Amino acid sequence: MPGLEDLYREIILDHYKNPRNEGIFPTPPAVKAEGHNPLCGDELTVYLLLEGDVIKDIRVTGQGCSISRSSASLMSVAVKGKTLEEVDHLLKIFKSMMSISTNSSGEAEVVEPVEYSERELGELIALQGVVKFPVRIKCATLSWNTLVQALESRAS
Amino acid sequence: MNTLGVKTRPLIVSEIRKDFPIFTQHDGKDLFFLDSAASSQKPIQVLQAMDHYYSTTHANVHRGVYHIAEHATELYEGARAKIGRFVGAPNPSRETIFTKNATESINLLSNSLTRGTLKKGDVVVLTEMEHHANLVPWLMAKEQFGIEIRYIMVDENGYLNLENIDDLLQDAKVLSVTLTSNVLGTINPVRQLADLAHKHGAIVIGDGAQYVPHLSTNVADLGLDFLAFTGHKMLGPTGIGVLWGKSELLESLPPFMGGGDMIADVRLDGFTPNELPWKFEAGTPPIAEAIGLAAAVDYLENLGMGSVREHELELLSYAFESLESHFGNDLVIHGPRNIQDRGGVISFDFRDIHPHDISQILDQSGVCVRAGHHCAKPLMRHLGIVATARASFHIYNDQSDIDALVDALAKAQAFFG
Repeated sequence: MPGLEDLYREIILDHYKNPRNEGIFPTPPAVKAEGHNPLCGDELTVYLLLEGDVIKDIRVTGQGCSISRSSASLMSVAVKGKTLEEVDHLLKIFKSMMSISTNSSGEAEVVEPVEYSERELGELIALQGVVKFPVRIKCATLSWNTLVQALESRAS
Repeated sequence: MNTLGVKTRPLIVSEIRKDFPIFTQHDGKDLFFLDSAASSQKPIQVLQAMDHYYSTTHANVHRGVYHIAEHATELYEGARAKIGRFVGAPNPSRETIFTKNATESINLLSNSLTRGTLKKGDVVVLTEMEHHANLVPWLMAKEQFGIEIRYIMVDENGYLNLENIDDLLQDAKVLSVTLTSNVLGTINPVRQLADLAHKHGAIVIGDGAQYVPHLSTNVADLGLDFLAFTGHKMLGPTGIGVLWGKSELLESLPPFMGGGDMIADVRLDGFTPNELPWKFEAGTPPIAEAIGLAAAVDYLENLGMGSVREHELELLSYAFESLESHFGNDLVIHGPRNIQDRGGVISFDFRDIHPHDISQILDQSGVCVRAGHHCAKPLMRHLGIVATARASFHIYNDQSDIDALVDALAKAQAFFG
């Protein structure tokens, strides 16, 4: 059985206890999306302030476990100030990290593997251990999926 | 002696655990299984009954005139009668219908009632503490047929608020209520509710998924017209549930699913439904599962349901004391304080640690609890939370399981600081 230290890395506990970019923005000018994890009841809302194709600022609010909350916090730091193209790339490599290539059981999404370096992932690498706990992968990907919804809501 | 003055024998858990192969299958590591409200473990007697049936007897029921087919039919119908008697059915062979699970039993009712008895605007009364299985089928009927749903709300102590019960039941056609809440553990005053509902002319459906596996059940004493329950929470296999109903009511309802076995005659322009209970059983039924469930009923009856209940009350009492003395106000237990009003279910919040994280850390110590909304999202909203951790018991649990839970919670406390 993988150990707890694989899952609850120090960075994760730090982002859980001190979430970054927590709060809300008025909409408009911000766009927002609500994400739910029906399995466990986690809920979060992502607010984006966009300027051209740049995420100028971001806020996240909601309820969830340490993995979903810390992942949301880490995501908010990772995408703030980034262009949509950069965000798209981060999303792809994050999802790639979250896919399980050796074991397809559990509820993991099967994602096309993308080549990436640890440097590109930055602090997001802390969530790598989550793949050893397939049930928790949805917790880690919830904020990213909600981010995508928020971006799509602008497009529509 | 228990509180009803019925003689009960204390359960010997060390002996009982020997009957459950799962407890010897984990590399010698202890398994503290506290999630029987989600699904119980199975004794070897149930597994052997199903295995023996498949190895020696299997053939389709109600069809062949050769000897193993006749024997399969005997076993299947024998299981029906036994399981019906277990809940006090007056006519067990006619009134006990096999389904896939309690969810399907309630869907059968909501479906047949809306195609038979219920009309647009008719009132169905539910409670705020229902499992999704007793909510969504009625919400679907509301969407499709325009029935009206009223709710009995839950008070701050985890009981149903019966202050305005007469108003709620006014002109109601159906009251459908859980006997034991899968989240709060509350055992509802179903007899009292049933008597009131009958006074208003409503039929009464009981969701017994969390009740039948743990307490002696008698449909007449409970005042029910229908009772839904499931096999896998009462030591039986998955894939089999039960709907008991009063004969005259079952007679009056149209069939649920159509197919083989549920018909008396089929013509190109129509069909005649079969008699009870087969009218509600379309297609090849879960034969081995029915036989397995009958073996589970034998197992429970052999222990005595009074003893099963006494054992759970002792565990509840020990768990309440132990959790409170170790964690004080850091741990909040939902539902009634009086354990006599509770089933063997303890949902709790522990500091501000999310139930998922609690469950994960408990898993490291081999302690299995459920974390989540327990398929009762409206109740979760009422409690103002998104999820709880839940420990639940059955006959194979003893104080060592509670001790392991307490130790593992202390670890979670240390971990999350």
